[in-house]
Amino acid sequence: MENVVSEQQSKSPDTGTDTRRAEGPKVEGDVVFALSNVNVFYGAFRAVRDVNLQIHEQEITAFIGPSGCGKTTVLRCLNRMNDLIAIARVEGDLRYHGMDLYANGVDAVEVRRRIGMVFQKPNPFPKSIYDNVAYGPRITGMVKKKKGGDLDDIVENALRKAAIWDEAKDRLDSSALGMSGGQQQRLCIARAIATNPDVLLMDEPCSALDPIATAHIEDLMQQIKSEYSIVIVTHNMQQAARVSDRTAFFSVEVNPDSDTRTGVLVEYDHTDRIFSNPADPRTESYVTGRFG
Amino acid sequence: MTVTHMPHSDAELGSLSGSPRRLRREAIIKQVLFGAAIFSVVVSFLIVYALLSEAWIFMRDIDWSTTWGQIGWFPRRGIYDVPTLLVATFWVTIVAMVVATPLGLGAAVYLAEYARPGVRKILKPILEILAGIPSVVLGFFALLWIAPNVVANLGGEGGRGSILAAGIGVGILTIPLIASISEDAMKAVPDALREASAGMGARKVTTVLRVVLPAAISGLAAAMIVAVSRAMGETMVVFMAGGAADAAIFTSSPYDGSLTMTAAMASLASGTDNVVGEGLTFQSLFFVGLLLFLITLALNMLANFFVRRIREQY
Ligand SMILES: Nc1ncnc2c1ncn2[C@@H]1O[C@H](COP(=O)(O)OP(=O)(O)OP(=O)(O)O)[C@@H](O)[C@H]1O
Ligand SMILES: [Mg+2]
Repeated sequence: MENVVSEQQSKSPDTGTDTRRAEGPKVEGDVVFALSNVNVFYGAFRAVRDVNLQIHEQEITAFIGPSGCGKTTVLRCLNRMNDLIAIARVEGDLRYHGMDLYANGVDAVEVRRRIGMVFQKPNPFPKSIYDNVAYGPRITGMVKKKKGGDLDDIVENALRKAAIWDEAKDRLDSSALGMSGGQQQRLCIARAIATNPDVLLMDEPCSALDPIATAHIEDLMQQIKSEYSIVIVTHNMQQAARVSDRTAFFSVEVNPDSDTRTGVLVEYDHTDRIFSNPADPRTESYVTGRFG
Repeated sequence: MTVTHMPHSDAELGSLSGSPRRLRREAIIKQVLFGAAIFSVVVSFLIVYALLSEAWIFMRDIDWSTTWGQIGWFPRRGIYDVPTLLVATFWVTIVAMVVATPLGLGAAVYLAEYARPGVRKILKPILEILAGIPSVVLGFFALLWIAPNVVANLGGEGGRGSILAAGIGVGILTIPLIASISEDAMKAVPDALREASAGMGARKVTTVLRVVLPAAISGLAAAMIVAVSRAMGETMVVFMAGGAADAAIFTSSPYDGSLTMTAAMASLASGTDNVVGEGLTFQSLFFVGLLLFLITLALNMLANFFVRRIREQY
């Protein structure tokens, strides 16, 4: 099978060096995203209020908080996925490496090529495993040829990084829909990292998975975080504590006048601080399980 | 179950058995509906039986070597050149699909993927109106507008009907059908796939071409097949604008006038002479009908197969 690359070949393409980031020496802990006074509206409804947050490079940042507090909403601002929702509107200042993400002339498509996303529900295309992973490189013009050569290497590399290569290598040409949920989710991660993005946004990537598959994905996050900045939304407090460097705790404020619920960022700090010594009592009661 | 301890009278408990009148009415309604269902099944069988029995006479008595290689289709003179009808039918179908596929598919892609809800709310009913245009009106339109304005510019004669004019007319009639089945097929593609593609940095057109259309492919195939069978079965437009009356000389050119299977049947059956002619004239009508019936039946079965496949996919 032409898709299978030999062991020797596979180590040659160094997907770790990203030309887009290679300019200038990298300072450890650079800020990837800086959000100031970000508000998100769905129509007239304000879903999230005044978020101020800095997300750092080569770190895993976790978003935690009760359902409906706006974790997904904030996450989807970061790669302008909210543009796909007609009624969604983002206000405030969102900077990505210092550039205004929502400035006029910024192409959301370009943004998403640098900032990949993994969704809560595995959503592989009804295509072969190979074609799923090759999708991004093909459409972004990363490879000149649409088959073989470089592309095979990219696919293999992505599948290896996503810890799914061993399970997938003998069935690259069969449909991705024939995989288990956990395999599909790792395939979706492989698909997202195949284009070698700068940032990986993950919205509850393990919520549909069993503990073993979850452990796989957590390992994988640890392995790739030296290359990608990762933002993960999770409902699983242990997961946030285990994998993340920093944690943002969101909560819901009920507005007594209008009876609307608005998401707010309560506290943002290093993960160990959030879990051992939070500054806000709301954070403490949430992480100790006294408040859902 | 014992109910003796309950403070109800027997009369009240008796009402649990329901009013006999209502039950009887229920039973009658059920029987009437059953009768309606049976009636339509029986009628369908009778039609097929009538078709088969007359077609059978034709097939038994005809000298098969005279059903092809003749000058044309002259049923009243006993000349039954079947290829004349098949080729004309083929051309009408091809022309119709060439017209209807890009327009119908384009409309479907626009409605399913691009149109904002407000625009969609206006466009969909317009498309449905197009579907509701009586084919006799379109036949007229094909003869009096398409022939002089379109066919004439494509190198044909504008002053009369032709296979080309009829094909374009049938194509216009088929657009809404392709559009609505294709749109349904695209709407059935989960939004999660569109999000996955957009999240990879795909442009909208890339998402449509590389994700949505391939995912909807079996529905689109079904739309095409249903459209082909609709185009082959269309009668009035080809009868009016096909450029032949009750007989046709064999031609392989769509610029000529000719008779499709349907037009041949319509013209044969539309006189007041009860279809008299040489020997098997009357039966030839049923034979052509049977042929058409079998082709469209096969196409519809194929379409059903594809539709079932999209249902299983997600
Ligand atoms: N497409 C939308 N249209 C309108 N309102 C929305 C939309 N998406 C989210 N919302 C609203 O915005 C608020 C925040 O939703 P969001 O999905 O961001 O919460 P979340 O923290 O991710 O919740 P969960 O943990 O349940 O996923 C909710 O009140 C929700 O109803
Ligand atoms: Mg969410």
